[in-house]
Amino acid sequence: MNETLQDMYEKIASGGAEKYHESNQQKGKMFVRERLQLLFDDDLSIEDAFFANCTDGSLPADGVVTGIGKINGEQVCVMANDSTVKAGSWGARTVEKIIRIQETAMKLQLPMLYLVDSAGARITDQVDMFPNRRGAGRIFHNQIKLSGRVPQICLLFGPSAAGGAYIPAFCDIVVMVDGNASMYLGSPRMAEKVIGEKVSLEEMGGANMHCSVSGCGDVLAKDEKEAIDYARRYLSYFPSNFKHVPKRQESIEPASFEKNIADLIPENQNAPFDMYQLIDRLIDEATFCEIKKKFAPELITGLSRIDGRTVGIIANQPKAKGGVLFPDSADKAAKFMQLCDAFNIPLLFLVDIPGFMIGTRVERAGIIRHGAKMLSAMSEATVPKISVVVRKAYGAGLYAMAGPAFEPDACIALPTAQIAVMGPEAAVNAVYANKIAALNEEDRPAFIKEKQEEYKENIDLYRLASEMVLDDIVQPENLRADLVQRFEAYQTKDVTFTVRKHGVYPV
Amino acid sequence: MNEIKASMAGSVWKIVANEGESVTSGQDVVILESMKMEIPIPAEQDGTVKELKVGEGDFVNEGDVIAIIE
Repeated sequence: MNETLQDMYEKIASGGAEKYHESNQQKGKMFVRERLQLLFDDDLSIEDAFFANCTDGSLPADGVVTGIGKINGEQVCVMANDSTVKAGSWGARTVEKIIRIQETAMKLQLPMLYLVDSAGARITDQVDMFPNRRGAGRIFHNQIKLSGRVPQICLLFGPSAAGGAYIPAFCDIVVMVDGNASMYLGSPRMAEKVIGEKVSLEEMGGANMHCSVSGCGDVLAKDEKEAIDYARRYLSYFPSNFKHVPKRQESIEPASFEKNIADLIPENQNAPFDMYQLIDRLIDEATFCEIKKKFAPELITGLSRIDGRTVGIIANQPKAKGGVLFPDSADKAAKFMQLCDAFNIPLLFLVDIPGFMIGTRVERAGIIRHGAKMLSAMSEATVPKISVVVRKAYGAGLYAMAGPAFEPDACIALPTAQIAVMGPEAAVNAVYANKIAALNEEDRPAFIKEKQEEYKENIDLYRLASEMVLDDIVQPENLRADLVQRFEAYQTKDVTFTVRKHGVYPV
Repeated sequence: MNEIKASMAGSVWKIVANEGESVTSGQDVVILESMKMEIPIPAEQDGTVKELKVGEGDFVNEGDVIAIIE
Protein backbone atom coordinates (compact mmCIF):
# COMPACT_ATOMS: atom_id res chain seq x y z
CA MET A 1 0.00 0.00 0.00
CA ASN A 2 1.24 3.43 -0.91
CA GLU A 3 1.25 5.52 2.23
CA THR A 4 1.19 8.91 0.55
CA LEU A 5 -1.90 7.88 -1.35
CA GLN A 6 -3.53 6.43 1.75
CA ASP A 7 -2.87 9.62 3.75
CA MET A 8 -4.23 11.71 0.94
CA TYR A 9 -7.38 9.55 0.78
CA GLU A 10 -8.07 9.91 4.45
CA LYS A 11 -7.44 13.62 4.49
CA ILE A 12 -9.68 14.39 1.55
CA ALA A 13 -12.46 12.02 2.68
CA SER A 14 -12.69 13.78 6.02
CA GLY A 15 -13.62 17.13 4.44
CA GLY A 16 -12.92 20.53 5.99
CA ALA A 17 -11.69 21.61 9.42
CA GLU A 18 -13.10 20.03 12.55
CA LYS A 19 -14.77 23.24 13.73
CA TYR A 20 -16.99 23.29 10.63
CA HIS A 21 -18.05 19.69 11.25
CA GLU A 22 -18.98 20.67 14.78
CA SER A 23 -20.99 23.72 13.81
CA ASN A 24 -22.83 21.67 11.19
CA GLN A 25 -23.61 19.01 13.75
CA GLN A 26 -25.10 21.62 16.05
CA LYS A 27 -27.50 22.63 13.30
CA GLY A 28 -28.55 19.00 12.76
CA LYS A 29 -26.57 18.81 9.52
CA MET A 30 -24.81 15.61 8.48
CA PHE A 31 -21.41 15.47 6.82
CA VAL A 32 -21.78 15.18 3.06
CA ARG A 33 -20.41 11.63 2.98
CA GLU A 34 -22.84 10.53 5.68
CA ARG A 35 -25.68 11.93 3.61
CA LEU A 36 -24.53 9.94 0.62
CA GLN A 37 -24.29 6.76 2.64
CA LEU A 38 -27.85 7.23 3.74
CA LEU A 39 -29.03 8.11 0.25
CA PHE A 40 -27.60 5.12 -1.57
CA ASP A 41 -28.37 1.43 -1.11
CA ASP A 42 -24.69 1.04 -0.29
CA ASP A 43 -22.32 3.95 -0.73
CA LEU A 44 -21.15 5.85 -3.76
CA SER A 45 -19.94 3.15 -6.13
CA ILE A 46 -17.93 5.49 -8.33
CA GLU A 47 -16.42 8.81 -7.32
CA ASP A 48 -14.48 10.89 -9.82
CA ALA A 49 -12.23 13.93 -9.26
CA PHE A 50 -11.88 13.04 -5.61
CA PHE A 51 -8.45 14.65 -5.90
CA ALA A 52 -9.73 17.90 -7.40
CA ASN A 53 -7.63 20.80 -6.13
CA CYS A 54 -5.64 18.42 -3.90
CA THR A 55 -2.44 20.37 -4.43
CA ASP A 56 -4.02 23.31 -2.62
CA GLY A 57 -4.34 21.25 0.56
CA SER A 58 -7.14 23.33 2.11
CA LEU A 59 -9.94 22.50 -0.30
CA PRO A 60 -10.67 18.74 -0.13
CA ALA A 61 -12.42 17.56 -3.31
CA ASP A 62 -12.86 21.30 -3.98
CA GLY A 63 -15.96 21.26 -1.80
CA VAL A 64 -18.15 18.93 -3.82
CA VAL A 65 -18.56 15.16 -4.11
CA THR A 66 -19.63 13.81 -7.50
CA GLY A 67 -20.24 10.25 -8.61
CA ILE A 68 -22.61 7.37 -9.21
CA GLY A 69 -24.42 5.12 -6.75
CA LYS A 70 -27.52 2.95 -6.56
CA ILE A 71 -30.97 3.84 -5.19
CA ASN A 72 -33.61 1.10 -5.08
CA GLY A 73 -31.16 -0.97 -7.13
CA GLU A 74 -30.98 1.62 -9.94
CA GLN A 75 -27.99 3.78 -10.81
CA VAL A 76 -28.15 7.54 -10.32
CA CYS A 77 -25.65 10.40 -10.64
CA VAL A 78 -25.09 12.80 -7.79
CA MET A 79 -23.38 16.04 -6.89
CA ALA A 80 -23.22 16.96 -3.22
CA ASN A 81 -21.77 20.14 -1.74
CA ASP A 82 -19.48 19.84 1.26
CA SER A 83 -20.28 22.79 3.50
CA THR A 84 -17.26 22.05 5.72
CA VAL A 85 -15.07 23.22 2.81
CA LYS A 86 -15.33 27.01 2.47
CA ALA A 87 -19.07 26.79 3.18
CA GLY A 88 -19.59 24.62 0.11
CA SER A 89 -18.73 27.52 -2.17
CA TRP A 90 -17.97 27.04 -5.85
CA GLY A 91 -14.47 27.39 -7.27
CA ALA A 92 -13.39 26.57 -10.80
CA ARG A 93 -12.95 22.85 -10.15
CA THR A 94 -16.18 22.62 -8.16
CA VAL A 95 -18.03 23.93 -11.19
CA GLU A 96 -16.13 21.65 -13.59
CA LYS A 97 -16.95 18.63 -11.42
CA ILE A 98 -20.64 19.49 -11.41
CA ILE A 99 -20.66 19.99 -15.17
CA ARG A 100 -18.90 16.67 -15.73
CA ILE A 101 -21.31 14.63 -13.62
CA GLN A 102 -24.21 16.26 -15.47
CA GLU A 103 -22.60 15.26 -18.75
CA THR A 104 -22.27 11.74 -17.38
CA ALA A 105 -25.96 11.71 -16.45
CA MET A 106 -26.76 12.85 -19.98
CA LYS A 107 -24.62 10.16 -21.62
CA LEU A 108 -25.69 7.31 -19.35
CA GLN A 109 -29.31 8.56 -19.22
CA LEU A 110 -29.42 8.37 -15.45
CA PRO A 111 -31.31 10.48 -12.91
CA MET A 112 -29.33 13.44 -11.56
CA LEU A 113 -29.47 14.34 -7.87
CA TYR A 114 -28.26 17.65 -6.46
CA LEU A 115 -27.53 17.69 -2.73
CA VAL A 116 -27.18 21.42 -2.21
CA ASP A 117 -25.57 23.13 0.77
CA SER A 118 -23.56 26.02 -0.60
CA ALA A 119 -22.82 29.67 0.03
CA GLY A 120 -22.49 30.30 -3.72
CA ALA A 121 -19.59 31.43 -5.86
CA ARG A 122 -16.09 32.05 -4.49
CA ILE A 123 -15.90 35.70 -5.47
CA THR A 124 -12.10 35.52 -5.33
CA ASP A 125 -12.17 32.88 -8.10
CA GLN A 126 -14.81 34.54 -10.20
CA VAL A 127 -12.90 34.87 -13.45
CA ASP A 128 -12.14 31.13 -13.34
CA MET A 129 -15.63 29.93 -12.50
CA PHE A 130 -18.21 32.53 -13.52
CA PRO A 131 -18.24 33.91 -17.05
CA ASN A 132 -16.66 31.40 -19.40
CA ARG A 133 -18.09 28.60 -21.54
CA ARG A 134 -17.63 26.05 -18.80
CA GLY A 135 -18.40 28.50 -16.01
CA ALA A 136 -21.32 28.12 -13.58
CA GLY A 137 -23.83 29.17 -16.23
CA ARG A 138 -23.16 25.86 -17.97
CA ILE A 139 -24.54 24.02 -14.93
CA PHE A 140 -27.93 25.61 -15.50
CA HIS A 141 -27.70 25.15 -19.26
CA ASN A 142 -27.09 21.43 -18.65
CA GLN A 143 -29.96 21.22 -16.19
CA ILE A 144 -32.31 22.70 -18.75
CA LYS A 145 -31.04 20.21 -21.31
CA LEU A 146 -31.46 17.29 -18.91
CA SER A 147 -34.96 18.39 -17.96
CA GLY A 148 -37.49 15.81 -19.10
CA ARG A 149 -34.74 13.41 -20.22
CA VAL A 150 -33.87 12.18 -16.75
CA PRO A 151 -35.41 12.89 -13.36
CA GLN A 152 -33.62 15.75 -11.58
CA ILE A 153 -34.01 16.04 -7.83
CA CYS A 154 -32.73 18.72 -5.49
CA LEU A 155 -32.29 18.08 -1.79
CA LEU A 156 -31.67 21.38 -0.10
CA PHE A 157 -29.85 21.00 3.22
CA GLY A 158 -28.50 24.51 3.61
CA PRO A 159 -28.40 27.74 1.68
CA SER A 160 -28.73 27.96 -2.07
CA ALA A 161 -27.82 31.54 -2.68
CA ALA A 162 -27.84 34.02 -5.54
CA GLY A 163 -27.04 32.28 -8.86
CA GLY A 164 -26.86 28.97 -7.01
CA ALA A 165 -30.57 29.30 -6.26
CA TYR A 166 -31.22 28.35 -9.87
CA ILE A 167 -30.12 24.76 -9.28
CA PRO A 168 -33.32 24.00 -7.37
CA ALA A 169 -35.32 26.09 -9.82
CA PHE A 170 -34.47 23.77 -12.72
CA CYS A 171 -35.06 20.52 -10.86
CA ASP A 172 -38.26 18.49 -11.13
CA ILE A 173 -38.63 18.55 -7.37
CA VAL A 174 -37.05 20.40 -4.45
CA VAL A 175 -37.03 18.93 -0.96
CA MET A 176 -36.15 21.49 1.73
CA VAL A 177 -35.06 20.77 5.29
CA ASP A 178 -36.99 22.94 7.72
CA GLY A 179 -34.81 25.38 9.63
CA ASN A 180 -31.64 24.90 7.56
CA ALA A 181 -32.59 25.10 3.90
CA SER A 182 -32.97 28.46 2.24
CA MET A 183 -33.10 29.89 -1.25
CA TYR A 184 -32.70 33.52 -2.21
CA LEU A 185 -31.20 35.73 -4.87
CA GLY A 186 -30.16 38.42 -2.39
CA SER A 187 -29.45 37.73 1.27
CA PRO A 188 -31.20 39.75 4.00
CA ARG A 189 -27.94 41.66 4.45
CA MET A 190 -27.88 42.55 0.80
CA ALA A 191 -31.57 43.46 0.81
CA GLU A 192 -30.99 45.91 3.63
CA LYS A 193 -28.06 47.51 1.83
CA VAL A 194 -29.49 47.66 -1.65
CA ILE A 195 -33.23 48.22 -1.20
CA GLY A 196 -33.46 49.14 2.48
CA GLU A 197 -35.64 46.16 3.48
CA LYS A 198 -35.13 44.62 6.92
CA VAL A 199 -36.12 40.97 6.96
CA SER A 200 -35.04 37.66 8.51
CA LEU A 201 -33.52 34.85 6.46
CA GLU A 202 -36.49 32.60 7.24
CA GLU A 203 -38.97 35.19 5.97
CA MET A 204 -36.86 36.00 2.96
CA GLY A 205 -36.13 32.50 1.74
CA GLY A 206 -36.77 29.89 4.40
CA ALA A 207 -37.99 26.36 3.72
CA ASN A 208 -41.45 26.99 5.11
CA MET A 209 -41.95 30.12 3.03
CA HIS A 210 -40.82 28.47 -0.20
CA CYS A 211 -42.91 25.33 0.35
CA SER A 212 -46.10 27.23 1.19
CA VAL A 213 -45.90 30.70 -0.40
CA SER A 214 -43.50 30.96 -3.35
CA GLY A 215 -43.86 27.36 -4.55
CA CYS A 216 -40.09 27.16 -5.21
CA GLY A 217 -39.95 24.28 -2.72
CA ASP A 218 -42.07 21.15 -3.13
CA VAL A 219 -41.58 19.15 0.03
CA LEU A 220 -40.84 20.37 3.55
CA ALA A 221 -38.80 17.79 5.49
CA LYS A 222 -38.37 18.00 9.24
CA ASP A 223 -34.76 16.81 9.08
CA GLU A 224 -32.13 15.54 6.66
CA LYS A 225 -33.06 11.90 7.07
CA GLU A 226 -36.66 12.63 6.14
CA ALA A 227 -35.49 14.52 3.05
CA ILE A 228 -33.27 11.64 1.96
CA ASP A 229 -36.00 9.05 2.59
CA TYR A 230 -38.38 11.12 0.50
CA ALA A 231 -35.93 11.20 -2.43
CA ARG A 232 -35.50 7.43 -2.33
CA ARG A 233 -39.23 6.91 -2.22
CA TYR A 234 -39.94 9.49 -4.93
CA LEU A 235 -37.51 7.81 -7.34
CA SER A 236 -39.31 4.48 -6.96
CA TYR A 237 -42.19 5.96 -9.01
CA PHE A 238 -39.94 6.88 -11.94
CA PRO A 239 -38.04 5.21 -14.74
CA SER A 240 -34.35 6.16 -15.10
CA ASN A 241 -35.10 8.25 -18.17
CA PHE A 242 -37.83 9.29 -20.58
CA LYS A 243 -37.33 6.27 -22.82
CA HIS A 244 -38.63 3.86 -20.22
CA VAL A 245 -41.76 3.36 -18.16
CA PRO A 246 -41.88 3.18 -14.36
CA LYS A 247 -41.35 -0.29 -12.93
CA ARG A 248 -44.54 -1.95 -11.83
CA GLN A 249 -44.60 -2.94 -8.18
CA GLU A 250 -46.68 -5.48 -6.34
CA SER A 251 -50.37 -4.57 -6.29
CA ILE A 252 -51.78 -3.74 -2.86
CA GLU A 253 -55.45 -3.31 -1.95
CA PRO A 254 -56.46 0.17 -0.73
CA ALA A 255 -56.68 0.72 3.01
CA SER A 256 -60.08 -0.24 4.39
CA PHE A 257 -62.45 2.37 5.79
CA GLU A 258 -65.81 2.33 7.49
CA LYS A 259 -67.32 4.87 5.12
CA ASN A 260 -67.51 3.90 1.49
CA ILE A 261 -67.13 6.34 -1.39
CA ALA A 262 -70.86 6.99 -1.78
CA ASP A 263 -71.17 7.96 1.90
CA LEU A 264 -68.24 10.28 1.60
CA ILE A 265 -69.55 12.61 -1.09
CA PRO A 266 -72.11 15.17 0.09
CA GLU A 267 -75.24 15.55 -2.02
CA ASN A 268 -75.15 19.31 -1.71
CA GLN A 269 -72.70 20.33 -4.45
CA ASN A 270 -71.75 23.44 -2.46
CA ALA A 271 -70.69 21.67 0.73
CA PRO A 272 -67.00 20.86 1.20
CA PHE A 273 -65.60 17.35 1.52
CA ASP A 274 -62.10 15.98 1.91
CA MET A 275 -60.72 14.73 -1.41
CA TYR A 276 -57.83 12.90 0.31
CA GLN A 277 -60.39 10.43 1.59
CA LEU A 278 -61.46 9.57 -1.93
CA ILE A 279 -57.83 9.23 -3.07
CA ASP A 280 -57.12 6.78 -0.23
CA ARG A 281 -60.01 4.60 -1.35
CA LEU A 282 -58.74 4.36 -4.93
CA ILE A 283 -55.00 3.79 -4.61
CA ASP A 284 -52.82 0.97 -3.32
CA GLU A 285 -52.50 1.41 0.43
CA ALA A 286 -49.91 3.96 1.62
CA THR A 287 -48.57 4.73 -1.86
CA PHE A 288 -49.46 8.42 -2.01
CA CYS A 289 -46.32 10.50 -2.46
CA GLU A 290 -47.54 14.08 -2.39
CA ILE A 291 -45.87 17.01 -4.12
CA LYS A 292 -46.48 20.61 -2.99
CA LYS A 293 -48.74 19.62 -0.11
CA LYS A 294 -48.50 23.02 1.56
CA PHE A 295 -48.66 25.11 -1.60
CA ALA A 296 -52.03 25.91 -3.22
CA PRO A 297 -53.84 23.19 -1.26
CA GLU A 298 -57.06 23.71 -3.27
CA LEU A 299 -55.49 21.35 -5.79
CA ILE A 300 -53.84 18.08 -4.74
CA THR A 301 -50.96 16.67 -6.80
CA GLY A 302 -49.09 13.48 -6.05
CA LEU A 303 -47.70 10.19 -7.27
CA SER A 304 -49.40 6.97 -6.31
CA ARG A 305 -49.81 3.37 -7.39
CA ILE A 306 -52.96 1.75 -8.64
CA ASP A 307 -52.65 -2.03 -9.04
CA GLY A 308 -48.90 -1.58 -8.68
CA ARG A 309 -48.64 0.94 -11.55
CA THR A 310 -47.43 4.50 -11.03
CA VAL A 311 -50.26 7.00 -11.54
CA GLY A 312 -50.04 10.79 -11.13
CA ILE A 313 -53.10 12.21 -9.40
CA ILE A 314 -54.49 15.71 -9.89
CA ALA A 315 -57.48 16.32 -7.69
CA ASN A 316 -59.54 19.35 -6.73
CA GLN A 317 -59.81 19.76 -2.96
CA PRO A 318 -63.23 21.23 -2.08
CA LYS A 319 -62.10 21.48 1.52
CA ALA A 320 -59.57 24.22 0.69
CA LYS A 321 -60.81 27.39 -1.02
CA GLY A 322 -63.77 25.42 -2.32
CA GLY A 323 -61.50 23.57 -4.75
CA VAL A 324 -61.53 26.68 -6.96
CA LEU A 325 -58.51 27.08 -9.26
CA PHE A 326 -56.20 30.04 -8.58
CA PRO A 327 -53.03 31.21 -10.36
CA ASP A 328 -50.87 29.19 -7.96
CA SER A 329 -52.92 26.01 -8.26
CA ALA A 330 -52.89 26.31 -12.06
CA ASP A 331 -49.08 26.58 -12.00
CA LYS A 332 -48.82 23.66 -9.60
CA ALA A 333 -50.94 21.51 -11.89
CA ALA A 334 -49.01 22.55 -15.01
CA LYS A 335 -45.64 21.53 -13.61
CA PHE A 336 -46.95 18.27 -12.19
CA MET A 337 -48.52 17.25 -15.49
CA GLN A 338 -45.31 18.05 -17.36
CA LEU A 339 -43.38 15.95 -14.86
CA CYS A 340 -45.66 12.94 -15.27
CA ASP A 341 -45.89 13.24 -19.04
CA ALA A 342 -42.10 13.51 -19.38
CA PHE A 343 -41.57 10.20 -17.61
CA ASN A 344 -44.49 8.20 -19.00
CA ILE A 345 -46.62 8.36 -15.86
CA PRO A 346 -50.39 8.13 -16.59
CA LEU A 347 -52.61 10.84 -15.16
CA LEU A 348 -55.80 10.53 -13.13
CA PHE A 349 -57.97 13.64 -12.72
CA LEU A 350 -60.47 13.69 -9.86
CA VAL A 351 -62.83 16.50 -10.67
CA ASP A 352 -64.93 18.54 -8.25
CA ILE A 353 -64.47 22.10 -9.35
CA PRO A 354 -66.63 25.24 -9.26
CA GLY A 355 -64.33 26.86 -11.84
CA PHE A 356 -61.47 29.33 -11.95
CA MET A 357 -61.54 32.10 -9.37
CA ILE A 358 -62.97 35.45 -10.42
CA GLY A 359 -62.56 38.97 -9.02
CA THR A 360 -60.10 41.84 -9.38
CA ARG A 361 -57.41 40.21 -7.23
CA VAL A 362 -56.93 37.22 -9.50
CA GLU A 363 -57.47 39.09 -12.78
CA ARG A 364 -54.61 41.40 -11.81
CA ALA A 365 -52.53 38.34 -10.95
CA GLY A 366 -53.10 37.11 -14.52
CA ILE A 367 -55.33 34.14 -13.79
CA ILE A 368 -56.13 33.81 -17.49
CA ARG A 369 -52.44 33.46 -18.33
CA HIS A 370 -51.83 31.00 -15.49
CA GLY A 371 -54.93 28.99 -16.34
CA ALA A 372 -53.72 28.79 -19.94
CA LYS A 373 -50.49 27.20 -18.71
CA MET A 374 -52.47 24.47 -17.01
CA LEU A 375 -54.60 23.84 -20.06
CA SER A 376 -51.50 23.70 -22.27
CA ALA A 377 -49.71 21.20 -20.09
CA MET A 378 -52.84 19.05 -19.77
CA SER A 379 -53.57 19.22 -23.47
CA GLU A 380 -50.01 18.33 -24.49
CA ALA A 381 -49.73 15.37 -22.13
CA THR A 382 -49.85 12.24 -24.27
CA VAL A 383 -49.70 9.72 -21.42
CA PRO A 384 -52.94 7.87 -20.62
CA LYS A 385 -55.36 10.38 -19.08
CA ILE A 386 -58.54 9.49 -17.22
CA SER A 387 -60.88 12.20 -16.05
CA VAL A 388 -63.30 11.19 -13.29
CA VAL A 389 -66.07 13.71 -12.64
CA VAL A 390 -66.74 13.18 -8.95
CA ARG A 391 -69.18 16.05 -8.42
CA LYS A 392 -69.34 19.39 -10.16
CA ALA A 393 -67.31 20.29 -13.22
CA TYR A 394 -68.24 23.84 -14.10
CA GLY A 395 -67.01 26.11 -16.83
CA ALA A 396 -63.33 26.16 -17.73
CA GLY A 397 -62.85 23.89 -14.71
CA LEU A 398 -64.11 20.99 -16.84
CA TYR A 399 -61.58 21.90 -19.53
CA ALA A 400 -58.64 22.28 -17.14
CA MET A 401 -59.35 18.89 -15.59
CA ALA A 402 -59.03 16.98 -18.87
CA GLY A 403 -62.61 17.36 -20.06
CA PRO A 404 -63.79 15.49 -23.17
CA ALA A 405 -62.45 18.04 -25.67
CA PHE A 406 -58.87 17.47 -24.51
CA GLU A 407 -58.59 13.88 -25.64
CA PRO A 408 -58.62 12.06 -22.33
CA ASP A 409 -58.68 8.32 -22.92
CA ALA A 410 -61.86 8.32 -20.89
CA CYS A 411 -64.12 10.82 -19.19
CA ILE A 412 -66.20 8.93 -16.68
CA ALA A 413 -68.59 10.13 -14.00
CA LEU A 414 -69.88 9.09 -10.63
CA PRO A 415 -73.67 9.38 -10.21
CA THR A 416 -73.05 12.56 -8.16
CA ALA A 417 -71.46 14.35 -11.16
CA GLN A 418 -72.79 17.60 -12.51
CA ILE A 419 -71.31 19.07 -15.69
CA ALA A 420 -72.27 22.54 -16.86
CA VAL A 421 -71.05 25.96 -17.84
CA MET A 422 -72.05 27.02 -14.33
CA GLY A 423 -74.09 25.74 -11.40
CA PRO A 424 -77.90 26.07 -11.39
CA GLU A 425 -77.97 29.05 -8.96
CA ALA A 426 -75.51 31.10 -10.95
CA ALA A 427 -77.05 30.14 -14.29
CA VAL A 428 -80.60 31.13 -13.37
CA ASN A 429 -79.29 34.42 -12.01
CA ALA A 430 -77.34 35.07 -15.17
CA VAL A 431 -80.13 34.22 -17.62
CA TYR A 432 -83.15 35.61 -15.77
CA ALA A 433 -81.67 38.53 -13.80
CA ASN A 434 -83.97 41.13 -15.40
CA LYS A 435 -87.02 38.93 -15.20
CA ILE A 436 -86.41 38.14 -11.52
CA ALA A 437 -85.97 41.84 -10.77
CA ALA A 438 -89.30 42.63 -12.47
CA LEU A 439 -91.22 40.08 -10.40
CA ASN A 440 -92.91 40.82 -7.07
CA GLU A 441 -90.69 39.80 -4.21
CA GLU A 442 -93.06 37.04 -3.09
CA ASP A 443 -93.15 35.50 -6.57
CA ARG A 444 -89.39 35.29 -6.95
CA PRO A 445 -88.51 32.11 -4.98
CA ALA A 446 -91.04 29.95 -6.85
CA PHE A 447 -89.86 31.30 -10.21
CA ILE A 448 -86.19 30.75 -9.35
CA LYS A 449 -86.89 27.25 -8.15
CA GLU A 450 -88.82 26.37 -11.30
CA LYS A 451 -86.03 27.68 -13.55
CA GLN A 452 -83.38 25.88 -11.52
CA GLU A 453 -85.26 22.61 -11.90
CA GLU A 454 -85.52 23.17 -15.65
CA TYR A 455 -81.81 23.88 -15.74
CA LYS A 456 -80.99 20.73 -13.80
CA GLU A 457 -82.99 18.65 -16.25
CA ASN A 458 -81.08 20.23 -19.09
CA ILE A 459 -77.74 19.16 -17.62
CA ASP A 460 -78.97 15.79 -16.37
CA LEU A 461 -76.15 13.26 -16.16
CA TYR A 462 -77.97 10.61 -18.19
CA ARG A 463 -78.72 13.15 -20.86
CA LEU A 464 -74.97 13.88 -21.08
CA ALA A 465 -74.22 10.15 -21.20
CA SER A 466 -76.86 9.77 -23.88
CA GLU A 467 -75.11 12.47 -25.90
CA MET A 468 -71.86 10.52 -25.31
CA VAL A 469 -70.21 13.43 -23.50
CA LEU A 470 -69.36 10.79 -20.91
CA ASP A 471 -67.80 7.46 -21.71
CA ASP A 472 -69.35 5.82 -18.69
CA ILE A 473 -71.17 6.38 -15.42
CA VAL A 474 -69.66 4.21 -12.71
CA GLN A 475 -70.93 3.02 -9.34
CA PRO A 476 -68.69 4.60 -6.71
CA GLU A 477 -67.73 1.24 -5.24
CA ASN A 478 -66.60 0.03 -8.68
CA LEU A 479 -64.44 3.05 -9.46
CA ARG A 480 -61.11 1.53 -8.46
CA ALA A 481 -61.75 -1.67 -10.38
CA ASP A 482 -62.69 0.39 -13.42
CA LEU A 483 -59.51 2.47 -13.15
CA VAL A 484 -57.37 -0.65 -12.80
CA GLN A 485 -58.77 -2.05 -16.03
CA ARG A 486 -58.54 1.20 -17.92
CA PHE A 487 -54.93 1.94 -16.93
CA GLU A 488 -54.00 -1.60 -17.90
CA ALA A 489 -55.72 -1.26 -21.26
CA TYR A 490 -54.17 2.13 -22.04
CA GLN A 491 -50.57 0.98 -21.48
CA THR A 492 -49.82 0.71 -25.18
CA LYS A 493 -50.99 4.25 -25.95
CA ASP A 494 -48.61 5.79 -28.45
CA VAL A 495 -49.47 9.21 -29.82
CA THR A 496 -47.56 12.30 -30.87
CA PHE A 497 -49.34 15.48 -29.85
CA THR A 498 -48.20 17.45 -32.88
CA VAL A 499 -45.10 18.15 -34.93
CA ARG A 500 -43.28 21.47 -34.46
CA LYS A 501 -40.15 22.87 -32.85
CA HIS A 502 -42.10 23.75 -29.72
CA GLY A 503 -45.21 25.61 -28.74
CA VAL A 504 -45.23 29.25 -27.65
CA TYR A 505 -46.05 28.77 -24.01
CA PRO A 506 -48.51 31.11 -22.30
CA VAL A 507 -46.15 31.73 -19.36
CA MET B 1 -52.88 36.63 19.52
CA ASN B 2 -53.58 35.24 16.12
CA GLU B 3 -55.29 36.87 13.17
CA ILE B 4 -57.57 34.73 11.04
CA LYS B 5 -57.57 35.85 7.44
CA ALA B 6 -59.86 35.18 4.51
CA SER B 7 -58.33 32.46 2.31
CA MET B 8 -60.12 33.89 -0.74
CA ALA B 9 -62.47 36.67 -1.75
CA GLY B 10 -66.14 36.13 -0.91
CA SER B 11 -68.97 37.18 1.35
CA VAL B 12 -69.46 36.19 4.96
CA TRP B 13 -72.21 33.60 4.91
CA LYS B 14 -72.30 32.48 8.52
CA ILE B 15 -70.59 33.39 11.78
CA VAL B 16 -70.01 30.12 13.61
CA ALA B 17 -68.16 31.36 16.70
CA ASN B 18 -69.17 34.70 18.22
CA GLU B 19 -67.01 37.09 20.20
CA GLY B 20 -66.11 35.62 23.58
CA GLU B 21 -66.59 32.01 22.48
CA SER B 22 -63.70 29.61 22.80
CA VAL B 23 -62.46 27.71 19.77
CA THR B 24 -59.98 24.91 19.21
CA SER B 25 -57.47 24.75 16.40
CA GLY B 26 -59.16 23.61 13.20
CA GLN B 27 -62.63 24.60 14.36
CA ASP B 28 -64.57 26.85 11.99
CA VAL B 29 -64.94 30.47 13.07
CA VAL B 30 -66.83 31.75 10.05
CA ILE B 31 -67.99 30.28 6.77
CA LEU B 32 -67.63 32.37 3.64
CA GLU B 33 -69.60 31.94 0.50
CA SER B 34 -67.57 32.26 -2.66
CA MET B 35 -67.99 30.84 -6.15
CA LYS B 36 -71.24 29.34 -4.78
CA MET B 37 -69.16 27.21 -2.41
CA GLU B 38 -69.08 27.13 1.36
CA ILE B 39 -65.60 28.14 2.42
CA PRO B 40 -64.92 27.31 6.07
CA ILE B 41 -62.39 29.56 7.79
CA PRO B 42 -60.97 27.67 10.77
CA ALA B 43 -59.01 28.86 13.80
CA GLU B 44 -55.31 28.12 13.58
CA GLN B 45 -54.86 27.77 17.33
CA ASP B 46 -56.86 27.15 20.48
CA GLY B 47 -58.21 30.29 22.14
CA THR B 48 -61.08 32.72 22.47
CA VAL B 49 -62.59 34.86 19.76
CA LYS B 50 -61.45 38.28 20.93
CA GLU B 51 -62.79 40.27 18.06
CA LEU B 52 -64.83 39.64 14.94
CA LYS B 53 -63.94 42.08 12.20
CA VAL B 54 -66.82 41.11 9.91
CA GLY B 55 -70.58 40.63 9.96
CA GLU B 56 -72.76 38.27 7.93
CA GLY B 57 -73.14 39.52 4.37
CA ASP B 58 -69.89 41.54 4.35
CA PHE B 59 -67.54 41.22 1.37
CA VAL B 60 -63.98 40.23 2.27
CA ASN B 61 -61.00 40.11 0.00
CA GLU B 62 -58.28 37.48 0.14
CA GLY B 63 -56.03 38.22 3.10
CA ASP B 64 -58.51 40.45 4.96
CA VAL B 65 -58.57 39.89 8.71
CA ILE B 66 -61.78 38.17 9.77
CA ALA B 67 -61.25 37.61 13.47
CA ILE B 68 -58.67 37.81 16.22
CA ILE B 69 -58.14 34.77 18.41
CA GLU B 70 -56.50 35.15 21.80
